[in-house]
Amino acid sequence: MQELIRNGIEIDDTFAEAFGMRATAIIITAPNLKWARQAATTMSGFATSVIGCGCEAAIDIDIPASGTPDGRPGCRVMIFAMGTDELQKQLKTRLGQCVLTSPGSACFSGLEGSASLDLGSSLRYFGDGWQISKKFGGKHYWRVPVMDGEFLCEAKTGLTKEAVGGGNLFLLATDGAKALAAAERAVAAIEKVPGAIMPFPGGIVRSGSKIGGKYKGMMASTNDAYAPTLRGVTKSALGPDINAILEIVIDGETSEAVAAAMRAGLKAVINFGPRRGALRISAGNYGGKLGKFHYHLRDLLP
Amino acid sequence: MKPLTFTLRSEPDERLDLSGLTPQKLNGMQPADIARLPIGTSRRPATVGDVFKVEGRDISSIVFSGGSGRFDLVGAEMTAGKIRVEGDVGARAGRRMAGGLLNIEGKAGLQAGSGMRNGRIEIAGDAGDGLGGPMVGEIHGMTGGIVIVGGKAGHRPGEKMRRGIIALLKGCGDYAGLGMTAGTIVAIGRVGLYPGHLMKRGSLLFDRRPAALSPTFIDCGRVEIVFPALFDRYLMEDKILDRPLLGKKPFRFGGDNAVLGTGEIMFARG
Repeated sequence: MQELIRNGIEIDDTFAEAFGMRATAIIITAPNLKWARQAATTMSGFATSVIGCGCEAAIDIDIPASGTPDGRPGCRVMIFAMGTDELQKQLKTRLGQCVLTSPGSACFSGLEGSASLDLGSSLRYFGDGWQISKKFGGKHYWRVPVMDGEFLCEAKTGLTKEAVGGGNLFLLATDGAKALAAAERAVAAIEKVPGAIMPFPGGIVRSGSKIGGKYKGMMASTNDAYAPTLRGVTKSALGPDINAILEIVIDGETSEAVAAAMRAGLKAVINFGPRRGALRISAGNYGGKLGKFHYHLRDLLP
Repeated sequence: MKPLTFTLRSEPDERLDLSGLTPQKLNGMQPADIARLPIGTSRRPATVGDVFKVEGRDISSIVFSGGSGRFDLVGAEMTAGKIRVEGDVGARAGRRMAGGLLNIEGKAGLQAGSGMRNGRIEIAGDAGDGLGGPMVGEIHGMTGGIVIVGGKAGHRPGEKMRRGIIALLKGCGDYAGLGMTAGTIVAIGRVGLYPGHLMKRGSLLFDRRPAALSPTFIDCGRVEIVFPALFDRYLMEDKILDRPLLGKKPFRFGGDNAVLGTGEIMFARG
């Protein structure tokens, strides 16, 4: 690999490999941002990876009261899955269990897509016959009476087939604290990029994986090449100065959103510098076998 | 291109059926053919040329320069385009209209928007009885679209309405939303007796408590829900109202419990 250096940080001349996904977005509003985010984080809980959760979801951006359909604070949540049916199933159950139940919430479409998914039109039956349908301004809403008033939910939201999952950055550091500091910088920068989410805990993954494993039925297993404790006993990608690695995984509404997010993350980590953060930046790929979207770090550098 | 303009020569001697003068029905016709169309309703009906001077060629935008209470069925069954009437119209303007914009700068007679399915009717003046309602024997009145009346509407606006929005900016007569199945009626100003009588579903949204409410409506108290703010915002963005109608905590009555009981009357001031 050719050596790339920015602000004293070594950048591998490699690429992040990502794959096509289906995605949708909704806007959750509430009497205040705290409760909008509460509903949003609850519905995107246990949605880190399609490998075990059925979907990948997180808050995309917060929206001020002036920018939401009902004039209350809100946030946009994005949900990604490998297929439309699974996406619809996850959306319906998470909406019903986490947004309908959350105090003062209302829910609106957050995406104009090539097709549509049910929101309120599948939840309305909770109203037990007291639900009210309203169509105005070219939109269809359902009003479902609940104990603190009424749950208002738009009937449909959009589905995009242009979404991309699996954009990533590896942040390699001398110790865990520095890797975490660098990763937190990257997360803070990527959170500002619209249309991109980081579904893992706090946006950060410690268990980067490789495809398959020695045990039957394992779809993924530890990325031993990047596990510092295995340096020397396995075919390691690590030099002697790297003792902790954290990954940022990014799903985007479009390929451009993933690229923008990776660019923002790279810039933040590079600006943070090698003394407090990462010594080296790399990316995860499987030699091009996983997906058709390749994000070369070289092209995204500031 | 100049709008196709029908300039009224003088007050017509008979009632006119103007349902043929819509963008889609005039599509492809030459001015001379249009002038020969019969529009009168007497034994020897008048033609377009007898009543109007015809100018302009853009049939997607039709203007009636001058109006009359004898102009019946203006914009009936229109599906697209625009019709503007610089004056009054007679009965059933926009009857079974399915799209486009009908703009009436004067008053409208009986049953404007009757059986309307889609599109938009704007009436600057008053509207007669049966606005958006059904004709005799019909199961439903309006099933979609929006009607905005700048003046006062007569009795029974939104009778048997099934979908759509009616906005009445200076109140209406008795029995607003009589037997409505669904849809929304907005009224500012005084509404007459028994709004929502026999309504099954749907919403009647007023700026004040109706004076004579049917006893089969039950007081649900003041409600704190999102819908009023969302709908207020729509009404203002669509320039139907210039200030919020319901506010954040309107009063709500449920009814009509003489029938299904899942309709509602909401109003801002008690």
